[in-house]
Amino acid sequence: MSGWLAPGTWNVALVGAFVCALIGFSVLRARRGATVSVRALPPLLALDRAVADAVAAGRPVYFVAGSQDLDNMQTVAALAVLRPLARKVAEAGGRLFVPTNRSLVMDNAREICRLAYADAGRADLWRDDWVAYISDDHLGFVARVDGLIARERPGLCVLMGFFASESLLLAEGGHQVGAVQIAGTASAVQLPFLVASCDHVLLGEELFAAAASLEGDAARLGSLRGQDLCKLAAAVCLVAGSLVVTVADVTGAAPWTFLRDAFLNVFRAG
Amino acid sequence: MKQRVPQIILSVTAVLLIISAFIARPEDGNAPYVQRMLAFADQEFATWFSILTVFAFLLGGLNLVATHLVKIRDRGPDRYYSLVTLVSFVIVLVVGMAKLGGPPGLQGDVTAPGSWLSTVFDAVLSPLHATLYSLLAFYIASASYRAFRARSLESTLLLASALVVLLGRIPAGRYLTAWIPEPVAFLRVEELSLWILRVPNTAGQRALMIGIALGVIALAVRMIAGLEKDPRSGGDGS
Repeated sequence: MSGWLAPGTWNVALVGAFVCALIGFSVLRARRGATVSVRALPPLLALDRAVADAVAAGRPVYFVAGSQDLDNMQTVAALAVLRPLARKVAEAGGRLFVPTNRSLVMDNAREICRLAYADAGRADLWRDDWVAYISDDHLGFVARVDGLIARERPGLCVLMGFFASESLLLAEGGHQVGAVQIAGTASAVQLPFLVASCDHVLLGEELFAAAASLEGDAARLGSLRGQDLCKLAAAVCLVAGSLVVTVADVTGAAPWTFLRDAFLNVFRAG
Repeated sequence: MKQRVPQIILSVTAVLLIISAFIARPEDGNAPYVQRMLAFADQEFATWFSILTVFAFLLGGLNLVATHLVKIRDRGPDRYYSLVTLVSFVIVLVVGMAKLGGPPGLQGDVTAPGSWLSTVFDAVLSPLHATLYSLLAFYIASASYRAFRARSLESTLLLASALVVLLGRIPAGRYLTAWIPEPVAFLRVEELSLWILRVPNTAGQRALMIGIALGVIALAVRMIAGLEKDPRSGGDGS
């Protein structure tokens, strides 16, 4: 078996298997009827009101699913948020515009929105050109979207997914027309810009929990519970690891140094 | 069936790719067949995705042309922007496909110096990028002004730490606190600035990264297990 495993990956496999097992266990428990209570995310609570206000004012809702393709998990998480958002906009009888900078994202977003409008009983309202491909070039994409925002004056701009420098350019474009801005990204570098310029922001992992939280089905909520258990385990390991390393270095006793080496082996990177 | 087939493809591919990331690269042809196949999958899937995205360019290009043609036909208020977009699109496409001004033939470098495409890039696209990018300086100032207004305890803390970090990165800031004696030098603004960046900032970033990693794993597990709703089929994922 040792010939099969790539060198230096056994610890990643071990921790990964533990995390997946914990999440899987939580999903199964939730499916069997265990109650899962999830903390409400303020940006998502603001979504209903913002959609209603935008539609009442006759202004469109804009949704941008980041600047990456479908091979980026943040884009997948953003598209998962698009479905409940499109449904809310459809129920309110509003117009949702989704500019994209990847054609695969456009194709998926169009299908999501079309189905959401149909689910809400407003298939008559939907137009395919409300999901449009703009450009793969991220600054070209921003120039076009900011231009559209300036002319169409959306009432709500939702920016979800991975962003690079375009995050601030998009967010300030929305701010200038007085749109409510709800953003979410797991890009640590761009989070400060979004926090500074948007009304509500989903921070990091909240982006991946947003769709499950909005749609609230038991199995997906169970996975959020599993995620929280993993975080608890990570916190316990951080505290225990710090203690073990400190005690081992101070005392130099064999059992502690053995424990320290075991910890460092399991949690070493690379 | 329409719901099941894409889900099966997704789950099998994802599991194969995850396993292959942990499989050692066989050094000779005598390694077991399964091991060689998994190593091959790990190497080649990224290439296959790149090939798929090339076809996706066609989809995007066609959509772009169709959308703007409809806008011009309907004489909408944005029709002149659409006209500029279409004319630019056609010019760049022709210049690139015909390799004007550059080495000809299939092997000819379309971006060679002197080619029309590289001229378009250097003389039109780069200045446009620089113009748009330079807007960031003004946007950062206006966003910071809004974020740093001391309306609550949190925004006051944000303002104070931003001020310390800003002062710590400029020479004037160092002069301001250079008088602080050596035994308490950690109170100098550049030292405080470094401490904020190295300790609370790093701690926050690490906590964020751990949460993000767990979030990505949870999303992947949901997708592999078919719990995420499939946009292509309208399935409810349950």
